Formats: sequence, C-alpha cells, structure tokens
Amino acid sequence: MKVRFTKIAVFAAALIPLGRLAWKALHDGLGANPIEVITHSTGDWTLILVLVTLSITPLRRMTRQYWLIGIRRMIGLFAFFYGTLHFLTYIWLDKFFDIHEMLKDVAKRPFITVGVSAFVLMIPLALSSTAWSIRRLGGKNWQRLHRLIYVTGILGVVHYAWLVKADRRKPIEYGIVLGILLLYRLAVWMGSKFMERRASFPAAPLGT
Amino acid sequence: MLIGKPAAIPSSEITPKATYVNRREFLAGAGMAGAAVATGFAFRDLAVPAVTVSANARIDGLQKSSFSTTEKETPYKDVTNYNNFYEFSTDKYEPAEAAKNFKTRPWTVTIEGDVKKKQVLDVDAIMKMAAPEERIYRHRCVEGWSIVVPWVGFSLSELIKRADPLPKAKFVEFTSLYDPKQMPGQRTGVLRWPYVEGLRMDEAMHPLALLCFGLYGEVLPNQNGAPLRIVLPWKYGFKSAKSIVRIRFTGDQPTNTWQEAAPREYGFYSNVNPNVDHPRWSQAKERRLGEFLKRPTLMFNGYDQVASLYAGMDLKKNF
Ligand code: HEM
Repeated sequence: MKVRFTKIAVFAAALIPLGRLAWKALHDGLGANPIEVITHSTGDWTLILVLVTLSITPLRRMTRQYWLIGIRRMIGLFAFFYGTLHFLTYIWLDKFFDIHEMLKDVAKRPFITVGVSAFVLMIPLALSSTAWSIRRLGGKNWQRLHRLIYVTGILGVVHYAWLVKADRRKPIEYGIVLGILLLYRLAVWMGSKFMERRASFPAAPLGT
Repeated sequence: MLIGKPAAIPSSEITPKATYVNRREFLAGAGMAGAAVATGFAFRDLAVPAVTVSANARIDGLQKSSFSTTEKETPYKDVTNYNNFYEFSTDKYEPAEAAKNFKTRPWTVTIEGDVKKKQVLDVDAIMKMAAPEERIYRHRCVEGWSIVVPWVGFSLSELIKRADPLPKAKFVEFTSLYDPKQMPGQRTGVLRWPYVEGLRMDEAMHPLALLCFGLYGEVLPNQNGAPLRIVLPWKYGFKSAKSIVRIRFTGDQPTNTWQEAAPREYGFYSNVNPNVDHPRWSQAKERRLGEFLKRPTLMFNGYDQVASLYAGMDLKKNF
C-alpha cells in the first residue's frame, strides 16, 4: 500500500520538470534562448535523477525503510527518460538532425563524447529493467550490469564540468554528492570483504 | 508553439510599468536639470550630479549610421533579459534583476597611462563629447548565440583623440567597476576581478569600435553594461567591456580577464571566426535569438572592413 501510494507520488513528481518546461513553452516563458533552457533543464534532471537513484540504497539501509527499493527502478527509468529528452533536444532542436555536425561534435568535443557515453551506458540498464530480465540474467549478473549507473554518474558530472565556461560551482556540487555516494559504496564493500575474511578463517585466533 | 517569433513591437510597449513610473520621475528631474542648465553653465556642475539618470530615459538627436545593419533587431525584452554579465551572475537570466539597483551616478572614468591628457572624466561629460549615433550591430557571443542591437554611442576614437595618446601607446586597456557590494558576482572567484579587456591601438581607433551608453534609443539599462561600455561588433561579446571606470594606454599587450581564466580557450584578439573553433565547441554556426535553425557565422561577424587590421596575421594562432 505504502509502495503503491509512493510510486504514484514519485511518478507525478518526476513529471513536474517536464510539465514546467511544457507550461513555459506554451506561455512564452522559456526566455530569450528556449533551446538552451530545454537542453540545460533536461540535462540537469537526468543527472539529478541518476544521483537520486544512487542514493536509494544508502537511504533505505540507513533509515531501515526497505520498501524504498520498490521505487528505485521507476526513478532510474525517469533518469533515462530525461536523458532521452536531453539527447533528443540535442539532435532535433540543437543540431536539427545534421548528422555530419553531430559526428564531428562527438569526435571533437570531449564534453559531448562524454555525455553521449553516459547516455549510451544507460540504454542497457533501461532495457534490462524488467523482472523478466532480472530472472534471465540472474541476480548477480544483473547487479553487475547495473553498476554501470556509477559510470553514468561519473561521466555525467565530467560532462557538466567540461561544458561550463568558468563557473564550476554546480558541477562541483553534483560531484560532491556523487563522491559521497561512491564512498558509501566503497565503505560497504570493504566492510563486507572484511566480514568475508573473518568468516573464512573462523577458528584462527588473532595474534597467533 | 515552442519558439514564438517575437512580434516587432516597439520597446515602449514592452517596458514594464514600473520603469514608466521611473521614467516620469526622471523626466521631472530632467526638467529641473534642464532649467538649471538653461540658467547658465555655472550651475551645470551642481545640477548634473543631482539628476538620477534612470534607465529608459530617451536619448535625443540620434544620428543614423552607415554601419547599421538592416537585419531584424532582437526584441528589447531579450536584449535586456539575457545578459552575460558575470559581475552580477553567471546565469544569463539573472543580471536584469540583480543589477536593478546598480548605481550608475556619480560615475567617473579615469584616463591614464601613456597619454598627454591624463584626466578623470565624468560620464555625463563623455556622453556629450560627440553627437550620439544609433548603430545597429550584430553581436556574436562566444557561446554560439547572436543578437542584433540598436546601440547608442559614438566612435571610441572620439574619446581617444581627445586623450591624445603618446606614440609609445600601442594598446588600450579597459577596466570595469570593482564593487562587490553592488556586484554580487564579484563576491565569487568565478573570474578575477575587476574585469579587464584590451585592444590594440589600431583596433580601438577603428570607426566601428563604439563607445556606447544606450540601446533602443534609451540610456543603457544596468544589465547591459551601464553607464558606459564599448561595443566591438567583429569580436566575441566578452571583448566589449562593460561599466568602464578606467581606460589606460600602454605599450604592453594587456591580459584580458578571459584569457587569464583560460588561455587555451580565449585569446587577446577573439575576433569572430567560423574557422577557428573554441576547443570545446564549434564556432561555425550560431543561433540568432528568435530563430530556430542555426545560421552560419561570418568571418569578423560580417564586418569585413576590419580585415586589413589583421593582414598577414595567422588568426589560428592569434585567436
Ligand atoms: C546523449 C548524449 C548527450 C549529449 C549530446 C549532451 C549534450 C549536452 C549539451 C549540448 C549541453 C549544453 C551545453 C552548453 O550549453 O554549453 C548539455 C548540458 C548538460 N548535460 Fe548533457 N548531453 C548528453 C548526455 C547527458 C547525460 C547522460 C547527462 C547526465 C547524466 C547529461 C547532463 C547534462 C548536464 C547536467 C548539463 C548542464 C545543464 C546546465 O547547465 O544546467 N548530459 N549536454
């Protein structure tokens, strides 16, 4: 019940940024450079939702609200959704399907190369988000595959840091959040390695 | 519709009501000042600083200029609400609000360095040095967007001639106001403050180089670099220094702020050049605000008359 209600709320909330853009577009509210606003807004929300997805696991462990896992997939898919909009904004509104220009961009502009890589890595994650995929891949493989989200997060932050002209404050903020999430993972991983070690030498007393 | 073609409405119709009220106040003030001026020059020095020169005050007697383009002007609303003015904010939509209470009077400009006539000039005196012209220029930002603006001012050379530079003056350096109390962006380390720009003497003397104090026939709005800026239509926008307080003549090439921030990306010349990309993005095309498809960027932003200034120079190296 709680999950169901939360899912509806999260679904609605995740559509707010798109709704705001649409509302502004219809009311001449996107300012002097609408395409830039759309590119930035969809890019921002892709990265924010990637980071939110990554924070579900720490959050549910720390708060012991284990049901939170039930909304992670949806948030991840919304990250992909905004990533797709961001990508479409680029190929349609920004480059107007000029393949030649786009290929040149991908080859020559590190920030585009990195952005595209971040996006491409999200595709297998979105495709394998069904229960059927988890069963087919097996839990372990599925988990391994989905660690790609970290790479997307890192590439997303690099993409952002690389595209700003001088004001690196925002990408740094995102970078710090990502860093904390990665450190948490590292700590958990090292903790579990330690436990494994302890578990595999149960009888060996320390100091002998 | 996503990208509305903005209708060509006169700026007066889209001026917010509050500024109209300001304008009335200004007119009242101007009337009094006018009376003071009429009663004799002795009062001038008393009267001028008393006038609050608010934005939207009209500048009369504008001459037409043969340098003007006939292209469609970017609406006033966009020219004054989409500004790269890092002293106020790095977000282009914010300077309009952040600069609302910026004080542009009293304002002086110090002329110094290798000149015969070192002096401190009042901005109102500078504005009266020559007849104001309306110059409708293309303006191309290094970020890849462009606008068409009816600026008001006269050739920078008018001021330079009066300052009478010495032969050893090979460059002119422009310094913008440093006042973190008024300019919130200066409380951050995004760039090194104050903002500095520079030109080679022959560039500065080129008639296209505009000393600017207005747009759309009105006193320059704060967010557009009030009260005094330069406009160099053949260079990327950041070369056109805003809110200038010092003009220094020198034998050494000044280091402009953006060059200092990222020497690989921004050079001293920064001429608009579709063949030399920014290391991180292409400069071959630009988006004219209000248009959907990008248009090709022109060499020197279409101002071919400056080409001779750079004859024989490798513009890939001197970007
Ligand atoms: C599909 C490939 C991608 C392309 C072609 C692309 C392209 C772009 C472009 C052209 C900009 C604007 C640059 C500017 O204004 O100078 C941008 C901004 C941005 N992109 Fe991407 N991007 C891609 C993928 C991504 C992904 C996957 C993420 C997040 C994980 C992302 C996050 C951002 C962010 C945060 C911004 C800056 C937003 C802001 O300034 O507020 N991008 N991207």
